[in-house]
This record gives sequence, structure tokens and C-alpha cells, in this order.
Amino acid sequence: MLELENVWKSYRVGSLGSKRLTAVRDVSFTIAPGEVLSVVGESGSGKTTIGKMVLQLISVSKGTIRLNGQDITAARHAQRKEYYRRVQGVFQDPFSSYNPIFKADRVLETVRESFFPGTSRSEWGDKVERTLLSVGLDPTAVRGKYPHQLSGGQLQRMLIARALLLDIEVLVADEIISMLDASTRIDVLNLLGDLKERGLGVLFVTHDLSLANYISERVIIMRHGAVVEMGATGKVFGDPRHPYSRNLLASVPQLHRKWADAPDELEELEPDGDRELAPPALTQVDEDHWAAAGS
Amino acid sequence: MALQVEDLRVHYRTMRGDVRALDGVSFGLEDGEIMGLAGESGCGKTTLGKSLIRLDGRMRHVGGTAVLDGEELPINDDKAMNARRFNDVSIIPQYSMSAMNPTRKIGKLTADLLRAKGKSYREVKPELVRRLELVGLSEKVLDNYPIELSGGMKQRMVMVLSTLLDPSLLIADEVTSALDVSNQKAVAETLVRFRDLGFVKSMIVVTHDLSLVYQIADTIMIMYAGQVVEKAPADTIIKSPSHPYTQALIGALPEVGLEYGDKRLKSIPGKPPQLLNPPTGCRFRARCPLAHDRCAEEPPAVQIADDHVASCWKVES
Repeated sequence: MLELENVWKSYRVGSLGSKRLTAVRDVSFTIAPGEVLSVVGESGSGKTTIGKMVLQLISVSKGTIRLNGQDITAARHAQRKEYYRRVQGVFQDPFSSYNPIFKADRVLETVRESFFPGTSRSEWGDKVERTLLSVGLDPTAVRGKYPHQLSGGQLQRMLIARALLLDIEVLVADEIISMLDASTRIDVLNLLGDLKERGLGVLFVTHDLSLANYISERVIIMRHGAVVEMGATGKVFGDPRHPYSRNLLASVPQLHRKWADAPDELEELEPDGDRELAPPALTQVDEDHWAAAGS
Repeated sequence: MALQVEDLRVHYRTMRGDVRALDGVSFGLEDGEIMGLAGESGCGKTTLGKSLIRLDGRMRHVGGTAVLDGEELPINDDKAMNARRFNDVSIIPQYSMSAMNPTRKIGKLTADLLRAKGKSYREVKPELVRRLELVGLSEKVLDNYPIELSGGMKQRMVMVLSTLLDPSLLIADEVTSALDVSNQKAVAETLVRFRDLGFVKSMIVVTHDLSLVYQIADTIMIMYAGQVVEKAPADTIIKSPSHPYTQALIGALPEVGLEYGDKRLKSIPGKPPQLLNPPTGCRFRARCPLAHDRCAEEPPAVQIADDHVASCWKVES
């Protein structure tokens, strides 16, 4: 169980770090085992920053992140490595996640070198084979190949296999299918569904609402670094309470509805105010459904 | 008919031979038509868009013609094409975020562009300002450098610039891919408005996002491995596609309202063929659930209705 409690993040920007940009403001949520939680929002809403903080690639400015009750923000290097056995990430661009001069399955071998130095080569080979099969890849088709010989979907699934070689509990998936073609992205998406049935918690960062709806049980909608609405997917998308959520849903292109048929006017939104201030508090509007005040 | 393309073939020259990125593409575009052009990466959709305006160094025009408003486009002749570019054919490039010269103010850059086409900036300026206001930009942006504009503003600026001389054909190449949902909608609707106001006569919108192009296009053309597989009105393509590839592509799209538990979306197994030595016959047959012996022969372009064509042995007119 991964918990975020009142997490804030500010970056130093400008010349010599003279300005501060608050990217994430007072975000709290939990991910239970076997659950996919989607974080959606426009560019710059802080959704990727949350993913990076969970992966401890950047530090947390304020607040705590706990895994099974253990605070991981205070962890030192040695403990960090233990943390990475349990939490791993996959990112947007599968083509730049690999070093083009090495064979693609080297990413699997490096896991053995740093996490399982005692495992014998043949034992490891079996494990890799099983894991590749479990993500729907044919081991003979992908082993010993260079990244440019594989498709984006294959590369992305191999990165998920790499994460699965460790006994992870949480996977951070940051826009992992936005660069893939319509015909192959569904395989990767269904794989996430498969992982959740195996009891993994997935933090699924995306800007595509239809993907979030397809795969996740719960969803968080973010704007200007703060949560504007969160709750069960059906409730948030079926009955959006915050004006921003309604605007977002009205803008999504859908196949059963044309924009021209129902020209719904977008509602006025509050402009981006002082980001140092605490964002409007979330109030519970229904069972497992919270929305920010002002809605 | 605004544009008539017949059997267009464009190859990429590589060390190992020619990559047949466009292998016999034929279609027509009516006046005032917005055509969505969709397909997987590498199917030749961007190459088709580029061929109609400028071949880059590696591209070679092997055969076929494109006739715009009764006059053939000199695809092969870069110099002769120059007279048609911007005047008759214009493009909104894939990375319009970086399409503007960063070292010149936008007004200066526009003046340069117009001078190259023998037009006077002073004469065009009132119209330019009017159009900027139409897309929600003030006249002041002409005194800004491109870096001072946000991504959405740059996109709109490039859209106004590309259509300034009222071209007959506009090619919009993945104009919405880099934007987020709300900007996406605004940009897509601006394209329709430009057509309605007569700034451009007809438009080809190249995209991989079928649900977006469905919102704005009159017709949709689907390409696969360098060839056209189906062209029909947008509603027909989405609601009752005929070609098995189109059906599979639409079956793989997630929708708001569909959940993983209810119904699994299906992907298309396999991957598109190499275009270096493309297979004979139907190129989709290795991945096609309906493939049979006949598919080893080149499939006919079946005219299902007046405005609906699909290349497949299994469809009947």
C-alpha cells in the first residue's frame, strides 16, 4: 500500500534558482494492491512530478510518502535500493529509454548485476524467459535484438518485464502508451489490467481520459498542481462535480458524439492564483468521490 | 474537384534500396472537403502530405500525378513547385512549435515570407490582424519573438501564417498531437472555421487520432503500408467500416464509458510489412482474420457507394 500525505513540491527556476515554481500542492492519495489509480490533467498540472516523487527521482519538498507504513522520503541510499526492489517505473518514450548501442535485453541483465548478483546465469535465464512470456512477449523474438529492431510496444513491454523481475508492489506508468500506435497500445494497456489482477498497484499517469476510464478503478484529476476531483472512475467521469472536470470531459473527442452536435459551452474557471497557498480543500460529495470546493 | 491524385508513387532512397512509402495512391478531394488521413506510424500518411508540397532530399517521385484545380502539381520540380507553395498549397507542419525563426520578430518573419512571394506586407497586414483576432491573438504578437508565445499561441500563429494567402489546399500534419485536450479542441475547431470562412478551400488533416479527426472531417481515408485501404464519409468509416483493417483499427480504440472489466479491446496482431520489398497482393493479409487464397493477388478498389471505396477481395459493391 502506497500512501502520499500532503505532498508538496517546489522547483527552483530562473537564473541561479531565483524563483520558485510550486508544481505539486498538498496532494494526498493511496494506492492499494491490485488497484490502478489514474492521474489525469493538462500539461503542467504536476502529474509527472508526482510520478517522479513516488520513484524518488526528485525529493519531496513537504509531506511524506509511505510504502506499507514506512516513510521512504527519509530513506538513505542503501534503503533506497531496497525500495526500488518494490517500486519501479516505466516512462513515455520507449525509444529513448534504451541505449541504442547495446542490445535491448541488456536492461534485463543489469537487473541481475545490481539486485541478484548471487543468481546463476541459467537460473536467471529461466526467470527472464518466464517474465517475458508473462508480458506477452516471445523470448526468441526479442532476446539478442537491438532496440531499433523491435517495435515500440515490444520495447515498452520489455521495460515492464524488467520491472517485474524485481518483486515489485507498485509500478509507476508515466504516459507509457501515448507514443504507441493504436493497434499495439491496447496490448500494453491490457497488460496493465493483467498486472492489477496479479495484485500489483499501478500509478497510471496520462492525459487521455478514455484510457484512464478503461483501465482504472479510481481517478485523480489535477489542475495547477492540486487535486480538483478524485474518486471512483465511474463516479468522477459519470457525474463530474468540478467545472474543470466537466470542461475536460466535454473536450475529449469521442466516437459516439460529435462536438458539433452538442455545442456545450465551456465554463469559466478560476485563473491560476498564488501557488504557495493551500489549494481549496476537498469535500466528500458521494461515497468514494471528493471534489475541491468552489464546484 | 479540388484535388485529384492518381497512382502516386514516392520512394525513399536508402543504401539497401528503395523504400516504397507511397505505392500507388489514388484519391479525390472535393471543394470544401476536410479529409482526415489516418493510419499507423510508417503507413505513408506524412509522406503523402509532404509529397504534395515539397519532397525532401531522400524522397523520389517515381510515378503518378496530382492535379490541383485543373493544373498538375509539378511534384518532381522543386523550383516550379515554389510558385505554387503558400499560394495554392500550404502546410501546417508537424512541429509547428519550432516552425518559426527564433531570431526574428513574428512581424518581420511574416514580412520576409510575403516578400518572397512578391506580396506587400503593408497591404496584407489589415487582413493579418483581422485573422489574428479571429484566433484570439492580439496585434502585439507581431512585435514578439516566437519564444515569448506559449505552445498553443505558436500553433495558432502558424495556422494563421500558413493560410494567409488563401491557399486552395491546406495540409495539416499532426497539428494537435503535442497539445493537451482543451487546446486540441480549440485548434481542431479553428481548422473547421478557416474552411467555413473560405481561407482555405479544402484540407487534408493527417493524424493518428481517429476520434479527433472524426470530430472535424467530412471524409476519412485510411492508409496501410503505403496504400489506401478505404475512403468514405467520416460517419461511414467509424460506424460501418468495410475493410478488415479499418474494422480492426476502430476496434482497438478505447472510449470514455468502456471499462476493462466489461469488454477487452483487441489489438491487431503482428506488425506492418517492410516497405523495402513489400509483399505482393493485399498487404494486410498476414494480419487479417479474413485472409484467404485470393488475397495473394492485388485486391481491387471496390466502389461500395458513390463516396465509399475499399480495397479488399471480401467487400462487395
